[in-house]
Amino acid sequence: MTLEERARRIRRHVVAMAATPQGCHAGGSLSCADILAVLYFDVLRVRPEEPDWPDRDHFVLSKGHAGAALYAALAERGFLPVEELATYARTGGRLAGHPLRALPGVELPTGSLGHGLALGLGLALADRLDGRSARTFVLMGDGELQEGSVWEALIPAAHQRLDNLVAIVDRNGWQITGPTEEVAALEPLVERFAAFGWTAREVDGHDVEALRAALREAPTAPGRPTAIVARTVKGRGVPFLEGRKRGHYVRLSPDLERRAAASLAPRPARRA
Amino acid sequence: MEVGWDELCAGAPREAYRRALLEIARDDPRVLCLDSDMGGLEDTFGAELPDRYVNFGIAEATMMSAAAGLAASGRIPFVNTMATFATTRASEQLKVDVASGGLPVKIVATHAGLSAGHYGPTHHALEDVAIVRALPNVAVLVPADTVETVLAVRAAARAPGPVYVRLGRAETPRVHGGPFDFRIGRAVTLRAGADVTIAASGPHPVLLALEAAERLAADGVEARVLDLHTVRPLDEEAVVAAATETAGIVTVEEHVGHGGLGGAVAEVTAERAPCRVLRVAAESGVCERVGDQAALLEAVGVTADRVLAAARRLLVDLTPVEPVPYRRSRT
Repeated sequence: MTLEERARRIRRHVVAMAATPQGCHAGGSLSCADILAVLYFDVLRVRPEEPDWPDRDHFVLSKGHAGAALYAALAERGFLPVEELATYARTGGRLAGHPLRALPGVELPTGSLGHGLALGLGLALADRLDGRSARTFVLMGDGELQEGSVWEALIPAAHQRLDNLVAIVDRNGWQITGPTEEVAALEPLVERFAAFGWTAREVDGHDVEALRAALREAPTAPGRPTAIVARTVKGRGVPFLEGRKRGHYVRLSPDLERRAAASLAPRPARRA
Repeated sequence: MEVGWDELCAGAPREAYRRALLEIARDDPRVLCLDSDMGGLEDTFGAELPDRYVNFGIAEATMMSAAAGLAASGRIPFVNTMATFATTRASEQLKVDVASGGLPVKIVATHAGLSAGHYGPTHHALEDVAIVRALPNVAVLVPADTVETVLAVRAAARAPGPVYVRLGRAETPRVHGGPFDFRIGRAVTLRAGADVTIAASGPHPVLLALEAAERLAADGVEARVLDLHTVRPLDEEAVVAAATETAGIVTVEEHVGHGGLGGAVAEVTAERAPCRVLRVAAESGVCERVGDQAALLEAVGVTADRVLAAARRLLVDLTPVEPVPYRRSRT
């Protein structure tokens, strides 16, 4: 199965979760579907049958509100039964709006923005102390970068020369109240990461080959942590949600779910 | 007694703590020392075990989250900062990253209570115990002297979950002559007595409790003095015994009166053995006048006189303890 097809399936699961009575953070889940597909099906060394395998690579979903996309990726990769996705947000289940640590494949709980990078810093430090060659990937939202704790964590990560740490920014350009650049501007992001001593670059966050190359080759500079600013479209794959403010948190009616599903029907991947 | 015990326990609590931590770390390679520019760890622990010492700089929140990541990977990180920064600046990281998962992060918080003295209220911590008690899974240890500090740190390292160890700043007189069978959650009876109980946690409160008991004894009153070095989990049996065997319980703490030791004791007695509990605690969480620790304790009302008055009231009448007339400075 191609990475594009994996990403399409992740998006289709997200749409199903958006059609539950509780709805989900569809916009930010759809924007990172390609990133998660590339991570879970090409980059991360993990064992679904042994989630605590000591030599595993680590993944931290710092933008915990994209839990729906993470659950979809974990299910596709075999950490969860795909049928469990139907229990999303259901009382008594394991699939909360933001990921719980009880879930196989989830290393640490996230959801309060700005924690993930420092959590990843700890995981990466532990691997280095133990002499493991594993890498730690932290996926952050762009609005999340307004949290001071993100910038606080950048400093010791660079100082400790943690080149086994990779931060990915899902740069979809939006937060709840509007475009990030109109709310509290973040650019120039690549330059800002670089100024903190990180190796930073931009990539098309919907081009699986470009993502694959960028994530596989990190670190490109020994002794430096890597930041990858992945340019994405919020709501990607569901035209009536793409780049729309209202696509942040969505409860889809049955009719809208059909429309969304139709645009995510199996077919060759669209080109950006 | 172990060889070198007096050397181990000499000086201020953080000095004893550093020696104890080094000993523990020499025996257990999982133990790490995480620093936030505290001063004193870099040339002790950091000099001897540089591979297991990480200085994050002045970044308490990052240090707390990273500690969670390290603990999730099988390490036993000791997080070093002041009590106010551990529990208020890094409060959410403590709650979400460490406490919610019950990860074995050990938070050693110095400058607790009013021990930062003249530094001022930004460096005081009179609400930290209440904050940590409200979080899931975290044990709260408040050693009364350096002997208990060493024992508490050893117990914390062995405990499977997160532990908050609350230390003062300056050296205080020893309460314990030497090591004893320290258990998390088990009170130490420092003085036997059946007339009234004085329960205290932390160096100054325990010393005030002993002083008050001595003065009561001169009047023929035998006070039981409990050192409740573990505020959570509280030794409920010791509290219930005190509630049923004596006239009531005076609690003494270097902390506000709600949510700390006094609150914990009152919760247990209210549910299991109703009795009168009079709390001697800080009447205010903010000291707007300059003072050393002794002067500030006096200003907020944590004094032997008030402990004594409270104990006497329990013995003779039902008047609540007089509040201290604390006035906020207008200038």
